[in-house]
Amino acid sequence: MNSAKLRKRLTAVSLNALTAVLAAGWATIIVWAVVVSFRPSSEPLGRGDVWFGHALTFANYLKAWSLAPFGIYYRNTIIIVGMILIAQLMTITLAGFAFAHQEFWGKKAIFFFILLQLMIPAAALLVPNFSTIRKLGLFDTTLAVALPYFGSAFGTFLMRQAFLEVPRDLVDAGIMDGCSWWQLLWHIYLPPSVPTLVAFALSSISWHWNEFLWPLVVTLTERSRPLTIGLVRFTQLGEIGARWPLLAAATITVIAPLFLLFLIFQKQFIRSFLHSGLK
Amino acid sequence: MSAAAPPLSHRKAPKWLPYLLVSPTLVIVLVFTAWPTVQAVYMSFFRQYLNFAKFRTPTFIGLHNYRELFTSPDFLQVLKNTAIYVAGTVPASIVLAFLFALLVNRAVKGIGLARLGFFYPTILPMVSAATIWMFFFTPDYGLFNSLLETLGYHGPENWLGNPHLALLAVMIVAIWKNAGYLMIFYLAGLQNLPEDVFEAASLDGASWWTQLWKIAFPLLRRTTLFVSTIAIIDAFQVVDHIFVMTQGGPSGASTVLLYYLWQVRFEDQNVGLASALTVVLIVIMLAITITNFVLSEREGA
Repeated sequence: MNSAKLRKRLTAVSLNALTAVLAAGWATIIVWAVVVSFRPSSEPLGRGDVWFGHALTFANYLKAWSLAPFGIYYRNTIIIVGMILIAQLMTITLAGFAFAHQEFWGKKAIFFFILLQLMIPAAALLVPNFSTIRKLGLFDTTLAVALPYFGSAFGTFLMRQAFLEVPRDLVDAGIMDGCSWWQLLWHIYLPPSVPTLVAFALSSISWHWNEFLWPLVVTLTERSRPLTIGLVRFTQLGEIGARWPLLAAATITVIAPLFLLFLIFQKQFIRSFLHSGLK
Repeated sequence: MSAAAPPLSHRKAPKWLPYLLVSPTLVIVLVFTAWPTVQAVYMSFFRQYLNFAKFRTPTFIGLHNYRELFTSPDFLQVLKNTAIYVAGTVPASIVLAFLFALLVNRAVKGIGLARLGFFYPTILPMVSAATIWMFFFTPDYGLFNSLLETLGYHGPENWLGNPHLALLAVMIVAIWKNAGYLMIFYLAGLQNLPEDVFEAASLDGASWWTQLWKIAFPLLRRTTLFVSTIAIIDAFQVVDHIFVMTQGGPSGASTVLLYYLWQVRFEDQNVGLASALTVVLIVIMLAITITNFVLSEREGA
């Protein structure tokens, strides 16, 4: 082996080692949580013990579920995420269609007005939006958590882009055939735009499944609290203290569905996040 | 807007149809973005405390809230914390993101697993991640102290309870969570680079390091600009982990702008001051977006 080749080899090996060490370090967090959540509460958590113990148990999950209504939190999260997703898919498709296909007075102005949502993130508007929700009489409902997201400037923009890429000839042919606007949308614009819709949907689901601050502010009781709020309340329960197996079990409970979905559809998720740089 | 040919006219579609189609989106933006912005500006000129019967009705006090804000040591501390938080997490996440992207952009067996390892924090709720991280900062048996002890150094007793370390601890969690997310943009950028750029460089005997630093990074300037904007905006609007790990403490050491806004409004019940803070936050957000816009226009030219 000549020296250039050897050096190349060495570089590759050391890069592989670096990658492995960093990735393992990054993954420690989740692996640790999974392992601990199946360890008996009685076992000491001193250094190393967690990794090399033998006993496995499901008790922490049962205990966590008995201490807090995770079932209800699940229901609320699913309702919130579902409402947002359905509303968004409809509103962004319709608005995207109008902006891509139709000409109307004030189109540009309305489009830029909608883009305002991208410039001022919802998080900053927490205080006035809270009082709007109170005035609407929606405080402490799942609808209050979901409503501000029923329209999405980003989604509208994405759909407009997708629709603009549909070949003109196809659209004109549809019009010649006498399609109504919704037939045109349904049969000609939508089919090639499904990947964009899916990408948007995945990032919407994970964004709202994980949301914390807004639901913290507009929910008060179990009837509307989502999983993220439930988890934080759980960690603050007096009887939990620093019982890590229990905390880990609760955490995994909150993470699990989305995480499994992610493991299965990894590529789609990454593509979707790539699409949605600005949420 | 697009330069596409105007669509054929539609006999069957009434004139008001497009307005109907955009109205749901328009109403949401109106009610939950435009109106609250106006309302925040308006309310910032009033005194209103919800926990004092005397001050429950708003009274006009002009710019007093802003004066109070910019002379309050609490707020100046918050600004300083926020500046440290943003200036620390953003470059660190970006450098790591670029490094990760380079590492996983190689055709090696098992590289998909490494990519997964870097990216997965993106899809975890910040509060769950923070809950797990709490353990790693625990005194005595937490991972950080164990690690430091292995290196022969006696770690600080309590990261989250230490005013010098609490902010650093929440920053570490943010960097851990964000680096993998930002990585995917660099990965996409790298994969779009023409391959002969690298080939030419290696024929010249350029080292791997030179390749990436002198060639790849400058070529990815636009990606870096985009990624910086996302990272900065994220740094201002994600404070979930602070609720879990430190509640802004000890004694305000890890309180950043958005968390402070929440405290002023929902703990102190001071609506006027919270509105002034909202305005400050909006101005910062707009400044970031506009700067990004101007810079990317210049890049594109």
